[in-house]
Parts: sequence; structure tokens; C-alpha cells
Amino acid sequence: MSDDDRFITRVPARPWSAAETSEGRQELIPASSGAASLERSVGSVLRLPEGAVDSGQIDIERDDETMIINMGPQHPSTHGVLRLMLELEGETVLRTKPVVGYLHTGMEKTGEELTYVQGATNVTRMDYLSPLHNELVFSLATEALLGVELPARAVWIRMLMCELNRVSSHLMWMATNGMDLGSTSMMIYGFRERELVLEFFQKTTGLRMNHNYIRPGGVAADLPDGWEDDIEIICDTVVARTYEYDELLTGQPIFRERTEAVGNITAETAVALSATGPILRSTGVPWDLRRAMPYLAYDEVEFDVIVGTYGDNFDRYSIRLNEIRESIRIIRQIAERMPLGDYRVQDAKVTPPPRRRIDESMEALIHHFKMFTEGFRVPEGEVYVAVESPRGELGCYLVSDGTSKPYRMHIRGPSFVNLQTLPAMLRGGLIADAVAVISSVDPVMGEVDR
Amino acid sequence: MTLAAADESGAPADSAQNKDAVVFASRRDYHATVAELKATGFEMCVDLCAVDYLSHPVRRLPDGVAPERFEVVVNLLSLSEKRRVRVRVQVPESDPSVPTLFDLYPGTEAMEREAYDMLGIYFQGHPDLTRILMPEDWEGHPLRKDYGVGRVPVQFKDAPGPR
Repeated sequence: MSDDDRFITRVPARPWSAAETSEGRQELIPASSGAASLERSVGSVLRLPEGAVDSGQIDIERDDETMIINMGPQHPSTHGVLRLMLELEGETVLRTKPVVGYLHTGMEKTGEELTYVQGATNVTRMDYLSPLHNELVFSLATEALLGVELPARAVWIRMLMCELNRVSSHLMWMATNGMDLGSTSMMIYGFRERELVLEFFQKTTGLRMNHNYIRPGGVAADLPDGWEDDIEIICDTVVARTYEYDELLTGQPIFRERTEAVGNITAETAVALSATGPILRSTGVPWDLRRAMPYLAYDEVEFDVIVGTYGDNFDRYSIRLNEIRESIRIIRQIAERMPLGDYRVQDAKVTPPPRRRIDESMEALIHHFKMFTEGFRVPEGEVYVAVESPRGELGCYLVSDGTSKPYRMHIRGPSFVNLQTLPAMLRGGLIADAVAVISSVDPVMGEVDR
Repeated sequence: MTLAAADESGAPADSAQNKDAVVFASRRDYHATVAELKATGFEMCVDLCAVDYLSHPVRRLPDGVAPERFEVVVNLLSLSEKRRVRVRVQVPESDPSVPTLFDLYPGTEAMEREAYDMLGIYFQGHPDLTRILMPEDWEGHPLRKDYGVGRVPVQFKDAPGPR
């Protein structure tokens, strides 16, 4: 069967019975051998539009030996509401189709209804494990359109908070990954350390999650008094604990056997499937936007980009563990070099007047009112800005028509794209390892479905 | 193929974040343009999205590019040279379709499905162009500008319409 034949529209008499459901036919298309078909199935394409398959060409014998099981969307290990359709031959996974959209709330559409001032509250809810990165990418995109230059302190506070967020996100991943592999102690430990960081977030931003702290024009508030001491405690504790994780997991034979050479992916496949973040780095590609295309002041701090070799679960685990240490290294440098000055740009166009001015000045009151009802106008244009979130490249494509609301706000979620690597990683592996592999992709469904 | 700096597309040129090259391709040579860019070292297609310019038809475009209702925006990334390029294609309302990039970049599979789902752009040759985020029996494409932000009727509220 040639490649194009598969797309000829015919109405087939299907020998198998496919269940009609309210969501259409729930089935996988029959597999065929051949390189083109293989490429397509690792590219996660399993279902063709109805009537696109010629039934005469289907090897029914082979089809009988495989079983399709449905995993999720309600499954404790699918990290939210991810659903996978797995084609199994015995215990071996052949093809996988991730089915997403169960958490879709139309946040890109909502973003068009909110002003740039309100926009950060919307995007922060997308990737709920690294909310500050979402706010950062939205704010950077808005600032790029506005053309404002931030004061140094605002830039360094942003860096500090984002690195702390990377630590908390990776700790959360360590916890859930431990749970997926049966190590409930790791889960407790991961949450325990994450709590340290969240407490600092609460102290600084007022909230544990969904902070709306990084806003266009700077950050919402200055760091609290005595923040250096808090940072010191977080750094010392987390670094010491990462060595405990080493004892608990890294050197442990059971853990290694369950993660080494499981869920392998090659650099070529990862690049072709647009994977970024720890997945791409685990294959040996040293691609980290903080190093490759520095934003904020990442070109002024020292850190190493952690890369793996084999592209397996263990590499992705070690990358995340070591990235916690690298982030702590960055945080220590930031704490040492934190510049003094304003924490938001002193441009009346994008920054509301300080609270005390409102009591004494009518203009300040009007200005404040206008800022929070109408917002500020952003010059016409379009821009794409990307930052390195804990999961990979988090991009924001922002189109402005000159009003105070984005004309179009598109968020390139790293989890959404990284999920496409699942079929490639799971292929040929055991169904028992599927849970570990899903975990190693670190999908956050809030960002996948947006 | 028209190569334009970012400032011609309307964005301020002074910001460092804004230095990406922008390529305007016609629908006819869209696929060839992207293939050419891939051959010159853009290994990864980082992002693909579409924009509906229904209520903002007048926008700054270089000479020779006629504005259409839809625009497909492809972000390519060169890992070796550390640079990005953005390909923008005008797509008319009467025939909202462009060739798929799946054969060049398999990673566009989900992104093209999202653009189809949200804006109703058809990607010709895409192996599985079905809805990805909305339910499969959903009518309409929510990110289109003429798709109203409605509200679902609730039981106890005789509430006024949205803002």
C-alpha cells in the first residue's frame, strides 16, 4: 500500500465493530508495516478521519492479536485528565494516542477579553506548577510591544522568583514521579521541600499559587524584609535534601532498573517532534533558552546546562534533580548581587501610582481608576517571546491592534507539544512502564488544554 | 518570499526580544518556503498558530502582501545558529486551507490540529485533522472573532449578558 492510498476517501465495510459514541468513533486505525506507517504512528497519529481506510488492505490477522486499552482520563497516574489510547501486543505497547482537551477552558479566548493589566491573572492559571513563568512570558511579550526598559531590580527579582519556581516545580515532579514508581516517601519529601518555596511565595506575593506577581512593567511588590535569610534557609535545606534524594533514589537498584533504558528517545526524534526542555536535553542536545537565547539577566549568572546521554527516564530524572541544584546556584548568585532601586518601571503609562498618592492627589486617583478599568494601550504589532519554563520552551505570541486588550494571545505550552513524544517513548516498552514514562514527560494538563 | 525586519511588521525594533526575522510567504509557496528554511538550518518548528484578523483588517504588512482574514504564523527555530524566524501566511476566508507541514516537521501534528480546532484552518494532507481541545461534535471554531463569547444558561440566574 503506497503512502497516498491511505488518504483516498472510500466508504469501507469495516470488519471490526467500532463503538459509536458521543465523541465519534473510538478506535484506532489499523496498523500496517512500512516505514511511513511507523513514522506516522510514532508521530502519535493513530486515527484517520472516518472512511479514509481501505478495508481490503487491512491485515486482520495481525489486528486480532493486539488489544486497545484506554487509560484515563480519570487515572491517578495520568497527572490530571490525560487520556491515552494504548495498542498492546501482549504486554508490549505498540502505538499510543494521547487524547487531550478535558481541561480546556478557552483561556486564549478569555485573554482577548482581558486588558493587559488583567492578562497576567489569566495566564498564571495555565501551567499551575510554574505560574511565575507564565506571567513572565506574558509580561515580556507585552513589554516588547510597549518597548519599555525595566529597572535592574525588577529583572533580578523576576529571575529570583522564576528560579525558585523552577525548584518548586521540579520538586513537585520528583514527588509525583516517586509516587508513580511506588516510592511514597519521595512523594512526602518532595511536597515537604516544595512547601518551603511556596511559603516564601506566599510571603512575597500573598499567594501560594496563581500569584499575579510578575506584571507588565515589573513586579507587583518588592521582596519582603529579611528575604535574604529566607532564601538562605531554602537554598541550604533544598540542596542538602537533594543529596538525600540521591541516597533514596539515584543509587537505588530498584529505581535504576525501573528507569534506565525505559522510555528512550533519540535526539532526532525529539527535535522532529518539537520537544524542548528536559526531554530534549536528556537526548544530549544542550538546548536551554537561558543559555542559548538569554532573557532577563541570565547571561550575567553562572550555571551549567544539564544534559543526558541516553534519552531515557533516568536521564530525565537526573536532569531535573541537577537542575534543582543549578537553580539554587543561580539563586545564591542573585541573592548576592540583587541590585537596589525600583521594582517596577517608573513610567506612568504602565505603572499605577503608589497607594499613598491616591489619598492626596485627584490626578493619581483618576490615573489609578483608569489603569484598572481601561488599562493601558499597547502599540500595534505582533511579537513572539519565549522563556525556558521547567517543562521547556514556553512561548507567547501576542498580537496587538493598538487597544488595551490583546487582539490575539497564543501561548505555546511546552507540555502540549512534549506530549507528542509519548508515542515514540512508549513504543516497544512494557505497559507497566507507561506510567513512569508519562510521569517523565511532566505534563501539566492545565497548560496542555489551556 | 518577502523578508522583512520585525519593525516593518509594526512592532518596535528597539527591544532585544523582537529581533526575529519575519518571512511573508504566499499560500502557494508556503510549503516550499518552510522546506527551504528547514534546509538552511531551522531544525525545529517550535510553534504554529493562526490569527483571525476579522475585526482588525488594516494592519501593517510589507508591499505586495494583501491582507486576508486569517493568518497562519509558524515559528521556526535553529538550534545550531540560535535564531528564530517567523513565517506568516495570509489565508483567505473563502478557502481557509494551507498545506500541512507534517511531512517536514512531525511536531506540528498537534499544533495544526489546534489551529484547525480553534480557528477552522484546514491543513491539507494532515493525517488526522480532527478536533483536539474541543469535543468532536462541537460546532464552530471558538477563537474566530465572529464566534461570540456566549454563556451557558444556568438554572437559577436571570443574569445579564457578558460584560
